[in-house]
Amino acid sequence: MDAYREIILLLAATMRVATPLVLAALAGLFSERSGVIDLALEGKMLAAAFASAAVASVSGSAWLGLGAGIAASSLLALIMAFACVTHRGNQVVAAMAINIVVAGLAPALALAWFDQGGQTPQLDGPGQRFLGLAWPWSQAARRHPFPGLAYAELVSGHNLIVYFAVVLAPACAWVLFRTRFGLRLRAVGENPLAVDTAGISVNALRYQASMISGLLCGVAGTYISTAASAGFVRDMTAGKGYLALAALIFGKWRPYPTLGACLLFAFADAGASRLQGVALPVVGVVPVQFILALPYVLTILLLAGFVGEAVAPKAIGVPYSKEK
Amino acid sequence: MKAAAKLPRWAEYGLLPLVNLCAALLLSGAIIRMIGESPWSALKLMVDGAVGSQDSIGYTCFYATDFIFTGLAVSVAFHAGLFNIGGEGQAYIGGLGAGLVCLAIGTWSPWIVIPLAIASACVFGAAWAFIPAWLQARRGSHIVITTIMMNFIASALMTYLLVNVLINPGQQSPESREFGPGAVMPAVDVVLAHFGITFAPTPFNMASLLALLACLFVWVFIWKTRWGYALRVSGQNARAAVYAGISPPGIILAAMVISGGLAGCLGVNELMGSQHRILLDFPGGAGFVGIAVALMGRNHPVGILIASLLFGALYQGGSQLSFDMPHVNRDMVVLIQGLVILFCGALENIFRMPLAALLGGAGRAKT
Repeated sequence: MDAYREIILLLAATMRVATPLVLAALAGLFSERSGVIDLALEGKMLAAAFASAAVASVSGSAWLGLGAGIAASSLLALIMAFACVTHRGNQVVAAMAINIVVAGLAPALALAWFDQGGQTPQLDGPGQRFLGLAWPWSQAARRHPFPGLAYAELVSGHNLIVYFAVVLAPACAWVLFRTRFGLRLRAVGENPLAVDTAGISVNALRYQASMISGLLCGVAGTYISTAASAGFVRDMTAGKGYLALAALIFGKWRPYPTLGACLLFAFADAGASRLQGVALPVVGVVPVQFILALPYVLTILLLAGFVGEAVAPKAIGVPYSKEK
Repeated sequence: MKAAAKLPRWAEYGLLPLVNLCAALLLSGAIIRMIGESPWSALKLMVDGAVGSQDSIGYTCFYATDFIFTGLAVSVAFHAGLFNIGGEGQAYIGGLGAGLVCLAIGTWSPWIVIPLAIASACVFGAAWAFIPAWLQARRGSHIVITTIMMNFIASALMTYLLVNVLINPGQQSPESREFGPGAVMPAVDVVLAHFGITFAPTPFNMASLLALLACLFVWVFIWKTRWGYALRVSGQNARAAVYAGISPPGIILAAMVISGGLAGCLGVNELMGSQHRILLDFPGGAGFVGIAVALMGRNHPVGILIASLLFGALYQGGSQLSFDMPHVNRDMVVLIQGLVILFCGALENIFRMPLAALLGGAGRAKT
């Protein structure tokens, strides 16, 4: 029974860890499918984490915080698109610039506005955070472990953003593979010249994809600072944007496999903190750092073609210009 | 295809970076104003903090040394058309290489320990860069992604080693024991004292000489040898390089190994020159500063030297600033660094075209 309980709790933790990864990875899915490398996931999330926590603490509303987070992240997406799509700048350089600017700007503004050493005030007022929602009978269900605990921990008890992430992958798959917009988006990432010839604006499509990425990263960042924790602290995304990118590559730029990769990475992460110092059968004690490095090692192996093959959108990273 | 206008050399290498830097500084100034402090006095504090005394000059040069290594590392890869974001991880592992030698034979004569430790730093850094290079050259794995992943793997590996293997027994913090006396890179003030010149004691050490030699090496290698020529051709046009009998995979491996070796030398400055032990996260983001430095220095060793000194001054001045202005902290420097990358790298065409128009006829020619 204890093992069962542990597994349920581990799965529930996996869902919570996976949420920002799923949001960010699917954000990256749109921009990368349109042909723009999205290394700026990290910066966009961090900016959203700061903006949402700052606005939530001042206004007292998590929803206003969410709006601010999305606005901040979308603004960065817009700057990135301006540099890379309009001015055909180097996408990797622009993204690194955005990540570094945010890493400096967010704590600098936090210090200036809140005077708490680069953090935002603790979000403890009513309505300042996205808290878990208890579904009907979830308390009563806990008493009957077998389906009850699973219901209480896995179905009930999460905040709205987690449920949003749950439905996001099917939604993205539908948009990408079942709508005209999705078809064009995929085409522009593979062969922008053909899309242009068909009389559709390559730049407009790439801007739209960037804005979707900005929106989803905004939700992801808001989750990190107002749902998973209670306020913004320096560098709080801690590489999640790059991890999401790894998941996107690991999922071969497709929605469901990407979701699977996010869950796998989140499971490893959630498991790592529980396995600290625990001796496993066969392998003994596995150092936490090895488990944390696992997603990156797996992604490299995949990119190397040792485990399957990852084929990127053909036109990724190449600025499009009509004159060519 | 490139709509980029051509500028005269002096504008390309001097004016344009300066304009970009000014744009970054102006924007940072506007943000400082928004915060409610005076940008002008912030600038004065920073300049004073960076070059106002022997102490601060020493620290500025010490930081600059780190950035020269990582900036050169980024630039060598750039010349081969590769974007090495893995400088941070290569520097981290390079430091491990230097540190292991220092821990093992730190009590021997410095004349033996120091060269061996430098060589070891280069080899370890180069080895860490070799993995993504090989994957790019032989398996076609995107080097930007793999070098980022290697940064995280380096960080996990070093945490593991420091927490479980290298930690000084009986100590809480994950640091190795102190290096032996033979593994200390002589400080500049100590060396100057031999010549009867007094200079304030700072971490500014002889690794800076190594950095200058590295600049010279990169200049000679890139512009005066056939290998450097092959590397540049391959970076400009890989297909033309193949027709010229140059093998792109070989170039990728060579460029990245040199790049990683240069980044690895950061450990010589940080660990042997200043910390005298291996500790967590000693590169402290210098690998990423290298990107800004290389972009601003237009990938030329002289430019990188100047840009590194500038960033060294920013880092040192920035810490001074955070002492004196309670509402401004060192994050402001990270912000400026990011803006420099933005303006010098991603948005360089914004200023290039007006400048070309301003400078008249020479700028009109399109490539």
